[in-house]
Amino acid sequence: MRVSLSWLRDFAPFEGSASELSAVLDDLGLVVEGVEQVGEGVGDVIVARVLEIGAIEGADKIRRVVVDHGSGPIQVVCGAWNFVEGDLVAFAPVGAVLPGDFAIGKRKMKGVTSEGMLCSGRELRLSEDHAGILVLNDTPGAEPGQLLVDVLGIVPDVVFDIAVEANRPDAWCVAGVARDLAARLNLPFVIPTTSDLVERGSGSPAPVPAAAAGPDVASLASVVVDDLELCPRFTARVLTGVRVTDSPAWLARRLTAAGMRPINNVVDASNYVMLELGQPTHPYDLDRLPGGGLLVRRAEAGETLTTLDDVVRTMGRPGPGLGDTGQDCLICDAEGTPVGVGGVMGGASSEIGDDTSRVLLEAAYFVPMAIARTSKRLNLRTEASARFERGCDPAGIDRAAERFCELVALTAGPELALATGTLDVVGDAPEPLEIAVRPERVNALLGTEFDAATIAGLLEPLGMTAAPLGGSFDPVAVVVPTFRPDIRPAPMGEADLAEEVARTYGYVRLPRRQPAWPQPGGLTERQKARRMLKDVLCGLGASEAWTTAFLSEADLLAADATPPFIEVANPLVESERFLRTTMIPGLLQAVRYNAERRQGDVRLFEIGEVFARVEIADPEGPPAVETERLAVVFCDAGDDAMSAVAAWHTIADALGLATWELEQGPRRNEASRALHGHRSGTILCAPDADAGFDRRSILGVVGELDPSLIESFGLVNADGRPRRVGWLDLDLGVLLDPRLAPRRSLHAVPPSRFPSSDVDLAFVVPDEVPAQMVEVTLRAAGSDLLESVRLFDVYRGESLGEGVRSLAYRLRFCAPDRTLTDVDVGGLRQACIDAVESAHRATLR
Amino acid sequence: MNPDTVMPDVEALVTEATNAIAEATTTEEIRSVGAAVTGKKSPLAEASRALGQMDPEDRKVLGQRLGEARGVVEAALESRRDELRYAELAAEMAASRLDLTEYVPGSVPGPMARGHLSLVTQTRDSLEDVFVGMGFEVAEGPEIETDWYNFGALNIPPAHPARGMWDTFYLHLGEPESTLLRTHTSPVQIHLMEQAVLNGTLPIHAVMPGRCYRRDTPDARHLAVFHQIEGLVVDRGITFADLAGTIETFTRAYFGPDIHSRLRPAFFPFTEPSAEFEVTCAICRGEGCRTCSQTGWIELGGCGMVDPAVFASVGIDADEWTGFAFGFGIDRCAQMRHQIADMRALIENDVRFLRQF
Repeated sequence: MRVSLSWLRDFAPFEGSASELSAVLDDLGLVVEGVEQVGEGVGDVIVARVLEIGAIEGADKIRRVVVDHGSGPIQVVCGAWNFVEGDLVAFAPVGAVLPGDFAIGKRKMKGVTSEGMLCSGRELRLSEDHAGILVLNDTPGAEPGQLLVDVLGIVPDVVFDIAVEANRPDAWCVAGVARDLAARLNLPFVIPTTSDLVERGSGSPAPVPAAAAGPDVASLASVVVDDLELCPRFTARVLTGVRVTDSPAWLARRLTAAGMRPINNVVDASNYVMLELGQPTHPYDLDRLPGGGLLVRRAEAGETLTTLDDVVRTMGRPGPGLGDTGQDCLICDAEGTPVGVGGVMGGASSEIGDDTSRVLLEAAYFVPMAIARTSKRLNLRTEASARFERGCDPAGIDRAAERFCELVALTAGPELALATGTLDVVGDAPEPLEIAVRPERVNALLGTEFDAATIAGLLEPLGMTAAPLGGSFDPVAVVVPTFRPDIRPAPMGEADLAEEVARTYGYVRLPRRQPAWPQPGGLTERQKARRMLKDVLCGLGASEAWTTAFLSEADLLAADATPPFIEVANPLVESERFLRTTMIPGLLQAVRYNAERRQGDVRLFEIGEVFARVEIADPEGPPAVETERLAVVFCDAGDDAMSAVAAWHTIADALGLATWELEQGPRRNEASRALHGHRSGTILCAPDADAGFDRRSILGVVGELDPSLIESFGLVNADGRPRRVGWLDLDLGVLLDPRLAPRRSLHAVPPSRFPSSDVDLAFVVPDEVPAQMVEVTLRAAGSDLLESVRLFDVYRGESLGEGVRSLAYRLRFCAPDRTLTDVDVGGLRQACIDAVESAHRATLR
Repeated sequence: MNPDTVMPDVEALVTEATNAIAEATTTEEIRSVGAAVTGKKSPLAEASRALGQMDPEDRKVLGQRLGEARGVVEAALESRRDELRYAELAAEMAASRLDLTEYVPGSVPGPMARGHLSLVTQTRDSLEDVFVGMGFEVAEGPEIETDWYNFGALNIPPAHPARGMWDTFYLHLGEPESTLLRTHTSPVQIHLMEQAVLNGTLPIHAVMPGRCYRRDTPDARHLAVFHQIEGLVVDRGITFADLAGTIETFTRAYFGPDIHSRLRPAFFPFTEPSAEFEVTCAICRGEGCRTCSQTGWIELGGCGMVDPAVFASVGIDADEWTGFAFGFGIDRCAQMRHQIADMRALIENDVRFLRQF
C-alpha cells in the first residue's frame, strides 16, 4: 500500500526524516518496502512557452528551441519531439538542480548553445513518462515565468510503500497507519474534517460546499437484505442532482500518489474513502437500477452473472476446497437481477456515467470468511474483496459514507441534495470486545514487568479503552473497537493484546534472555546413523544429489514402479503430476545431466522420501506411506554391479549389522524389472526375534540397472552399447531400525594372543550355488575356532568345465586360549572340506 | 503383352517371404533374410519394377496388391526382428549372470576421489549442531500431511485468507484438498505436542528440519521444493525474552560473533505475539548495501510465542505452559553463506558445483 507522508499528516503532526519514520513503521510491523521522494528538486523549474523550433545542421535527433520563460526568449537544445510552437513546457534554467542532484549547466551541442533544459515528467520524478517533455497547456493558470511547483501545487512529499500483514485490515488505510504511528510517537491522533482536508489540500481556508437536504431517503430508493448471515450490515445513502465531473486537484493528486487513476468525482470519492478509512463503498447510478433500489441475497446454485471484467461467473456452487460452502452474496437490483458480487465486484449495468445524476452509495459489512471463499473460488481478487475478507469495521461505515457525500459535494454542483437518512439494515454485526487483561499474563508472554497502568497506557493510543480495575497488577478492562477484528475474545485475546502492548512499546526494547533447561539436546540414533551413512558414501566417492519428487507417469513406468501413484491435484508442470515411488528416474536424470556436460563418470546418492498409497485407508492413520530410502547410482569408469556390492559391504560394516544375506535376483516387487535380472539381488536379514519380529527383513536391492533402461537415458559406451550402471537402494526405515536389522553385540571380544593358522581351500562349485552359501557352510564347519573366512579368488575356465567355477577361500583358525596344533588345524580343514563337498555338490580343487 | 503370363503370384511371394522370416533364428540371419525378401533384388521388388510395362488398368490392380504384400512382409520382418533381438538380449543378459556373493574383497577398484555432501545437508547439519549445543533435540515428520496438521491445528481454518500465504500442492487422496504436501515443517510441532501430551513428556525443546513444498515457480530465490528448520520450545516460564535470546545466541553461533539479530512485529496465525527476525547483513556487516536494500539487515525467518489456539488444538494448558517457535529456510542460509546467485544450482546436481563444497 502506498501512503504519502503528507496524507499521514492529516491525522497527526508527524515530524522526522523519511528514514526515521520508516524505521518506526518497520518496528510497528508495518514494513516499509520502498520509500519514494516526490516533488523534490523541482523548485527551480519554471513554465515556458515554445516560441520557435528549428533544425540544427548535421543533427537529426536534436533541435534548437527558443522559449519564453517570462523574462524574454532563451535558446535550448532539445531531443524530444512531442511539442509544437505555442505549447507551454517545463523548463529548467542554467543553475537549476533537478532530482538526483542533477545540475543544469550551459552546454554546447553541434555548435548550438543550450541555456537550460526542457524536462520530462520522469526527469522531475513527477510521473513515469519519459517519452516527451512535460506539456502544461491544459494546466489551469499556467503562464510563462511561473514556478512549476506553484502551477501544479506540488509540495515535496514522501511516499512509503507499506506491506500490511494479513491480519491488520485496520492498518490497510492511511488512518490506520497514522494511528499506529501516532501511538508509538506519542502524538495525538485525530480524523480530520472534510473542510480540514480541503484547506490542507488547496492551501486556503475556502468555504466548503455542502449538499442541500433532500427528501427522505426511503422515498427515493429501497434496500432489502434477504441474507443477513452473509451481509450483517448494509447501508445506502442517496445523492440527487449530482454533476459528474473531475475531482478537486488535491484529491486526484492523492489518488495518483497512492497508485490509483482518477476517474470522476463520484468514483474518486469512493476510492478516496477506501484509501483513507479502509472502508470499500460502491456508488450506483440509481436511475440504472430497475426497481430503484437494491436487494441483497444468497446466490442460487448455478446462477450466472457477468462481472465488470466481462467474465461470466457461475455462483452458488461449492468449489473443491475444504470448507467451501458455495454461499455467495449477490447484490441485485430491486427486481432481483444480480448487479454485482457482494464485497467483491460490481457490474457494468449500474456504473456511474457522465450523465449520472442520482447516486446510491452502498456501504456494507460482509462476513470475511464468505468473501474469502467467494473470492478464492472465483479467482477474483479486488481492492474491496481483499479488505472485506480480512474484516472491515461495521461501525466505520457511517463515517465512510458521510465522508463520501462530503467529498462529492465539493464538486457536484449547486443542484446536489443528500436524501435525509440512511437505509440501514443491520443483523448480527460484530460488537466491540471486552477483555480483562491480566498484567501477569502479558508479562508471562513478553518477559516484561509491566503494571496495569503501563499496559493501559500502551493500549489506549491504539483506539482502545483500557481501564485498570484495581491494583497495579490487577486486570485491565480493555474494550477493543470493531476495527480490530484480529483481536480475539479471551483467552486468546490476551495474547493478541500482549502483542499490541509489545508493538506500541517497541519490540527492539523488549528484554532478551538465553533460556536454559536441564534436558540435554542431541540427535536420535537414526539421525546419527543417517549422517554416518552420508559420510561413508562420500568416502565411497559418491556425491549427494537432490532430485525431484515429481515425476511423469512415463518416468515411473519406465522404472517399473507399480501404479497407482499418488497424484498431485495442481502440479506445477502438467506431466510431472505423480509423487516418486522410486529414486531411479531422478538419479538417472542427474547422471544424464552430468553426462551431457562430459562428466558422466559419477557416483551419486540421495537420501529421501518415496511415496505410496495406503492400501486400506485408516481415517486415524497417516494419509500415505512414506519411506525413507537411500539410493546410490554407480556410473564411474569401471563401475558395475560389484561396485554396488562392495559399497554395500562397507555400509553393512559401518552400521555394524550382525548378519545379512544376499538373495540372487530381484524379488518380484517394486521396480524389479528396472534391475538387471541376472546381475542384481535382494538384501535380507533376520530380525530380532526377541522383539517379536519373525519375517525376514528386506533391506533393499543391490546390483545393476537394466541395460534397456540405461540406454533410454542415453548412458551408452563408445560402442553404443548401454553402460553397466551399479545400483544400491536401501529402505532406511528397516536398515536403521535395530529391531528389524539387528546390530553386532556391543560387548568387546579380546583378540586372541595366540598365533593363528591359515588354510587355503579352493572348491569347484556349480554356478547355481551362491558363493555366500559356501561361506556359511565353512563358518559352521570351522566352529568357533574359525576366526575369518575370505574369498580371495574366483576362476572360471574350460579346464573346469561348463556351469562351474572355482572359489578359493582363505580360512584363518585361532583359539583364544592356546596355540592350535597341526592336528587341530588338519581336523578343522577336513571338516570344512567334507561339509562343503556334501552340502554343495562341490569338489576340492 | 499378355498380362496373364507375367502377372506374378503375389500370394506365393508373401508365403515364401514370411516362411523365410519365420525360419531366421538370429538377428544376423534376419538382416540377410530382410534384404532377400524386401531388398532391391527381392521378387517383390522385381515384380514392382515389372509394373512399368503393364496396362494402366492392370498396373493399378497389381500395384495395390504388391503394396499390401510388402506391408505384410515388412510387418512380419519387424516383429520377428524384435522377437529375436529381445531373445538375444535376454540370452546375453543371462550369459552375463553374476553371482553377487562372489565378492572378492579388494578386487573392486575404489573411488578415485571422495564424494561431496549436498550443500543443503552441510547447512542442515551445521544448523542442527548449533541447536543441539543449545539443548535442542532434532525431530522429523512426514512430508505428506493432512489439512489438520498443516493448517487446521495451526489456527488456519479452511478458506482462511491467511492460507494465501502458502501456495499448496494438494493430493488426490481422500476428500479434495484434505491431503497435501506440507508447506512448512510446522506440522511436526503438532505431532510433537500431541505425542508429549499423550505420553506426559512435556516440556519440549526441539528443532525440526525437513523438506517442504510450495507451488511457486522456481526462480533465483525460490524453489518449489525447499528445506526449512523450525524450533519449538514448550516449557514453564518461557517468554518472548527467551525467544529473542535464543535467536540471538543462534545467530552469533551460526553466522559469527559480529552478526546480530533483531525482531519486528509480523503476523503468523500460529504465534502470538509474532515477529520476523532479521540478522546483520553479512555482506556489509550492517553498514547498508545493495543486498540488504541499505537497511543493514537481512530477513531470515519468522517466530513468536505459540498461539493459545494452537495449544488448545493439542490440549496443552496455555496458562501452565508457554512456548515459542521459530522457523527459517535452510536453503536460504546456504544461499547467504555461499553467496549463491541462483538457488536452482542446488537442484541441478552438477558435480562441478557439488565438488566445490
